[in-house]
Amino acid sequence: MIAHYGYADGSGEYYLIVDTDRCDGCGRCVEVCPNDILELAPDDYGKTVVRVKDEFVNSIGYICPACKRRDERCESVCEHAALSYTW
Amino acid sequence: MMLVAGIDIGSLTAKALILEDSKIRAYAIIPTGVDSEGTSKKVMNSALERAELSLEDLEYVVSTGYGRVIVPFANKNITEISCHAKGAVFLFPSVRTILDMGGQDCKAIRCDASGKVQNFAMNDKCAAGTGRFFEIIAETMELPLEELGGLSLEAMSAAKISSACVVFAKSEVLALLRKGVDKKNILAGINEAVALRVFALLNRVGIEKDFAITGGIAKNVGVVRKVEEKVGLKALIAEEPQIVGALGAALFAKEALEQV
Ligand code: SF4
Ligand code: SF4
Repeated sequence: MIAHYGYADGSGEYYLIVDTDRCDGCGRCVEVCPNDILELAPDDYGKTVVRVKDEFVNSIGYICPACKRRDERCESVCEHAALSYTW
Repeated sequence: MMLVAGIDIGSLTAKALILEDSKIRAYAIIPTGVDSEGTSKKVMNSALERAELSLEDLEYVVSTGYGRVIVPFANKNITEISCHAKGAVFLFPSVRTILDMGGQDCKAIRCDASGKVQNFAMNDKCAAGTGRFFEIIAETMELPLEELGGLSLEAMSAAKISSACVVFAKSEVLALLRKGVDKKNILAGINEAVALRVFALLNRVGIEKDFAITGGIAKNVGVVRKVEEKVGLKALIAEEPQIVGALGAALFAKEALEQV
């Protein structure tokens, strides 16, 4: 399943995208996130995968794009290319 | 005979639906009150009454919707994304893309033939296309909510509304009203702006036929027509589009029982 977490508003589209078929729930992205906005949880079909915590879904446009400048961020540490984003 | 229920606590309305084997036995829809737990009991009791059953008769209950974690009698909770997909495919087996237009958010969902979600995107930051949005438009235009859809279809031309953001749209509507622009044309313009916004959401997940619209706004024929124009597909709409999530939840309940 491809899960889009985020939103679109007048200023653009801000989605962090998880491919839950690729994600093996290793948790590396959760550990590396400097803002602690990710968590591991079972999806509706029982597979434990990464997701954006509910309370951050509507603010990722202010939080995540700054990470582009970091070498280590969720999407760069994932060994399964399970994460991508729209910024 | 297997009796299960699905309960969907949305931001504006709560729905409960009782499934007897694979048939809908009864359902109820009530406004969500400030006390979500009380609302969940009330809507369930109302569906049970119609089915002439009591809570003890139900073998399994799945809750969904933004208030799904507060339903005290639910055996399990599942996100509304999975429930809408499951419910829509049950009603229309050919459906692969679903647009849910609810009280407070819009979701675009693509699923497989079993109703399992393949791709989803939601937008609950922006109110465009939600029940809340159209309530504000109806208030601003001093028109009854249920008449918005029909009236917009009588428009001669759509007024230009540049933003689907409710705050900007409201001031644009007021400016157009002051200029004396026909309300029908303003409504058509609003629907156009909303359709563009949800079309972008649908394109995020990719559109595959057949296409269904669920949620309360599916009853607004003006919005539906505009969305159909953009998507290029006719929208399949349930007789009662507000209960699709609760139906999906009930189907998950049935599955959970069958697995044991
Ligand atoms: S690093 Fe990749 S595989 Fe590991 S939990 Fe994160 S997304 Fe999943
Ligand atoms: S982009 Fe940065 S802040 Fe956002 S989830 Fe990834 S690591 Fe965390």
